[in-house]
Amino acid sequence: MAAPVRPTEQAGTASRSGREPGRWSGLAARLRPRATFARHAALALLALVVVVLVLELTGPFRNSQFATMSYYAVAAAGLTVLTGLNGQISLGHGALMAVGAYTTGLLLPADVPLLLVLVIAAGVTALVGVLVGAAAARLKGPYLAGATLAFAVALPGLAIHFDEALGGEQGLPVPSPRPPDWFADAVYFLSANETSSAKYLAYVGWLVAIVAFLLLANLTASRIGRIWKAVRDDEVAAELAGVRLSRVRVLAFAVSAACAGLAGGVLGVVVRLAAPTGFTIVLSISLLTAVVVGGLGSLLGAVLGSALLVFLPPAVTDLGASAGLTDVQAAQLAPFVYGAVLILVILLAPGGVVGTVRARWHARTTAPAGAPEERTGRS
Amino acid sequence: MRRSRRVRALTALALGAVLALAGCGAGGRPDPGSGGGAASGGSTVGITADSVKVGSHFPLTGVAAPGYSEIPTGTKAYFDWVNAHGGVNGRKIDYVFRDDAYNPTQTSQVVNELVLQDQVFAILGGLGTPTHGAVLDFLGAEGVPDLFVSSGSLLWDQPRKYPTTFGWQPDYEIEAKILADHVATTFPQARVGLFLQNDDVGEDAERGIRRYLDKQIVSVQRYTPGNTDIGPQMSALQAANADLVIGFNVPSYTALTQLQGLKLNYRPQWVYSNIGADPVLVGSLLGRFSQGQVTDAALLDGMITDEYLPRADNPSDAWTAQFDAIWKAHGDGGALTNFRIFGMSQGYAFVQALLAAGPNPTREGLVQAIEKGGTRFAGPWAAPYRFTADKHSGISGAKVVRVTGDSTTALGPVRVTDNGDAPITDATNGETPVPPNGIPAAPGGT
Amino acid sequence: MLQFVNTLLTGLGQGAVYAAFALALVLIWRATRVVNFAQGAMAAFTTYLALLVVESTGSWWVGLLTALAAGLVLGAGVERVVVRRVGPHNELGAVIVTLGLFVALQALAAILFGAQFRSFPAPAGLEGFALGSVTIALTPSMLITVGAVAVVLLGLVALFRFTDVGLRMRASAFDGEVARLLGVPVGRMLTLGWALAALVGSLAGVLIAGGSLVWPAYMDTVIVNGFVAAVLGGLDSPGGAVVGGLAMGVILALVTGYVGSDLVPLAALAVLVAVLLVRPQGLFARTAARRV
Repeated sequence: MAAPVRPTEQAGTASRSGREPGRWSGLAARLRPRATFARHAALALLALVVVVLVLELTGPFRNSQFATMSYYAVAAAGLTVLTGLNGQISLGHGALMAVGAYTTGLLLPADVPLLLVLVIAAGVTALVGVLVGAAAARLKGPYLAGATLAFAVALPGLAIHFDEALGGEQGLPVPSPRPPDWFADAVYFLSANETSSAKYLAYVGWLVAIVAFLLLANLTASRIGRIWKAVRDDEVAAELAGVRLSRVRVLAFAVSAACAGLAGGVLGVVVRLAAPTGFTIVLSISLLTAVVVGGLGSLLGAVLGSALLVFLPPAVTDLGASAGLTDVQAAQLAPFVYGAVLILVILLAPGGVVGTVRARWHARTTAPAGAPEERTGRS
Repeated sequence: MRRSRRVRALTALALGAVLALAGCGAGGRPDPGSGGGAASGGSTVGITADSVKVGSHFPLTGVAAPGYSEIPTGTKAYFDWVNAHGGVNGRKIDYVFRDDAYNPTQTSQVVNELVLQDQVFAILGGLGTPTHGAVLDFLGAEGVPDLFVSSGSLLWDQPRKYPTTFGWQPDYEIEAKILADHVATTFPQARVGLFLQNDDVGEDAERGIRRYLDKQIVSVQRYTPGNTDIGPQMSALQAANADLVIGFNVPSYTALTQLQGLKLNYRPQWVYSNIGADPVLVGSLLGRFSQGQVTDAALLDGMITDEYLPRADNPSDAWTAQFDAIWKAHGDGGALTNFRIFGMSQGYAFVQALLAAGPNPTREGLVQAIEKGGTRFAGPWAAPYRFTADKHSGISGAKVVRVTGDSTTALGPVRVTDNGDAPITDATNGETPVPPNGIPAAPGGT
Repeated sequence: MLQFVNTLLTGLGQGAVYAAFALALVLIWRATRVVNFAQGAMAAFTTYLALLVVESTGSWWVGLLTALAAGLVLGAGVERVVVRRVGPHNELGAVIVTLGLFVALQALAAILFGAQFRSFPAPAGLEGFALGSVTIALTPSMLITVGAVAVVLLGLVALFRFTDVGLRMRASAFDGEVARLLGVPVGRMLTLGWALAALVGSLAGVLIAGGSLVWPAYMDTVIVNGFVAAVLGGLDSPGGAVVGGLAMGVILALVTGYVGSDLVPLAALAVLVAVLLVRPQGLFARTAARRV
């Protein structure tokens, strides 16, 4: 997956404008769009192959974990674009996922095709995102965090209040789609494996994720993405250059919300239920953990971070249990590690995994030769 | 250009991988009918000659953890005890419970893990309506016995849709019916207020209560779990002059209603549902307040509730004494609480069901054994199960009791009923004696 | 009528706690321009320590002192060890770090003190005063709560208005560089600000726990409502925080009593959005032009 951000970008630090000096920048600017998009498409194709290989070579439990990871990845990608590229923090993405999940739960029983449902879920959530974004456009840092926190806490209350339509506390069941025959046949043709429900959902999740990542990668590499970064780095300068700050912020929020809605829709079909207790503030903070640990602004980081959300808690709990903690104590260890990791990353490696690795790699490769082209390196 | 060469290389790599994968694929489907290698007797996943693996999900972290996280510790202690006494038909029970933080998303993940990774034979006592509701489809599709869900929701009784899922405790509707019937006959003049948790607990309960008390209800107040400020609701009940309040709430809110009543000098006759009326827990919560102001559970004196399991605060009960011995031998050192007795009783029920499934149980055999003999399973619970092929509801009744001092006094015989307009009658079964060591014996003939 | 009065009184009692919590947020905001999302978890932690002391000594007041002292140490420690290293102009980093602290401390409290409900004794009686034949929802314990908040408010105003230390703290927060040039030990002032704020937060934790139940997440609702209260008051003004806290308490009690408790968080959001859109500087901030 492509992460077209510059290697030295770090969490919320001030800008380093003018980093593309000399003749290279002109050449790169002219060549970049087409080459970048082609590269993204090729990477997407490669990602698809990796997904097929991984899902066919692992068992049903891993399949289900990858299904979970797929929606975390999409939501985290949306958040990392918002926070990493546009500088807006959101603790409300869990609630935005709820919008997508409930939309899916309301539409799927009406026999709307799954893909269309997911697109609608993304669209509805984007609309909510516009509302939140418009209210949030004037807010910064802690104000924005607090306001989106209040949003995240408040929204699930709606599902309880309108329990006739939304199922109340016990939730809205989401019918789990069966794999279509042609799909099962295609998988069988490829690998001689039958398609379990978990595997089908993992395929759906990852196809959605790849498309979402492709769109996001191209968007962030485009003019819009550059404007977002300009606003993040120096809003006064951006404003002077004719950028309408609030419009840009609202757009970023809408795009990010669309991803959250898409992710929520996939969550709905994977979990088979949309319930208020599934979208607590813990979910929002988990997403934030994923993007911070993976590397703010990096789409690859979002994938790594979502892997962390899926695979870390069981590992930590097992570790705690084998270290002699009671089962109840061991279960508390996972949130503790989340919190501690969040602090440590910000203090010690604010670029997250991707930022840190890239900085190291960059330092090593550019020290002798200094070829600027390398900076767009592997991601 | 280097970059376009890289793009081409990537594309080639991707295409190559697809071809390679297709090469090792099957290319087409063989005739149907050759699949399915499982023995015709049914699935034996999770069960061997000397072990049977059982899984569950509970909130061990988060807002629902207080209280509920004790249930699986009781179940675990009971299984350890059974294992120490030779297991079930020579099989040791391997009990795995995982944390879902009362979040359906996590429930779905941990149940996937239990079923697909840990390969459990059955799920036992998974807790919560929204949480367990998220895994019904999956457990049904996988054919995993889903026994004795820890929730009084009506969802678990859908044998057509979810053939492997069975409820356990009296559902909130019949519990409410039994309490409301008692109130209607004993307090015909009472102005009744309701204090309800605003979820399925409160909803099902209100339906049951209104069958008997519809005309007497003067105010219905709801609370949202987590919001501990219930002053406004209590003021509203007081303003409506409700002189008898029925609460379907969790224990912490029993304590809060009592404290708020103290503050407002509002002392109606309280009737709490079983989940909210845990005198040990509530008493210990109330007992520590305000040095000397509230010295013991005196606030609870006179309160009415219902019981379907032995209580931790009643050591003269033979079952409680047995559970106490088990907890002393295998517990984690904490006190024996009603939550733990709840967990132990579920463990007892599971052992009984496993024995009923014969010496070589399969998943299908276990479900059939419960459907066939479930109404005759006897144990610490007050009234029989309603398990048949057409009905998967749990315990059918309870007895109404009054809290007096440290103990409870029965206000009548055990009452049994069913959902909807089924009549309420006295139970015909007597109390079940404790079997040797507190371990059920294999059922005699059918 | 009595119902309305009692709902109002309940709201004011709850509001006093929001006020104390908002005061703590305001203190840190004034000292370091950070909103401390870990405030609730820190307070829960010190309240558990207080509970241990209350249970072993039997004295509520010794417990309170323990919580305050623990808060002072915890606040200073958090500033020194964690917050300082984030850097002064890293708003995003500061928010994320305090969120991390929130999650980690809450889990740690559950590991150390258990996830069960525990009751926290009240400082005084829990029975409402009787006026003739009716009893109003005002208890001796509530009076102590309100009194404690008033004392803290006056103390803080006096500190900032009339003492050198207060002036230095304000200078450090306003412009660290200039203050440093003027010889203010900026670092020490920031630590002091966090320590004082955590002390006030611990007070809020003990006050809300008194005569009620504690569990690791019992401060969660207070975090949101306290934040809204602080913003309502302007985030910069101690007096505003107190008025904002009381207003939030009353508004939410009225919503609970007359609309429905499931809409309480939505009401808090509505208040917040209304304030931010209509008067983002808060009801009580003196400076009109402030970027939020």
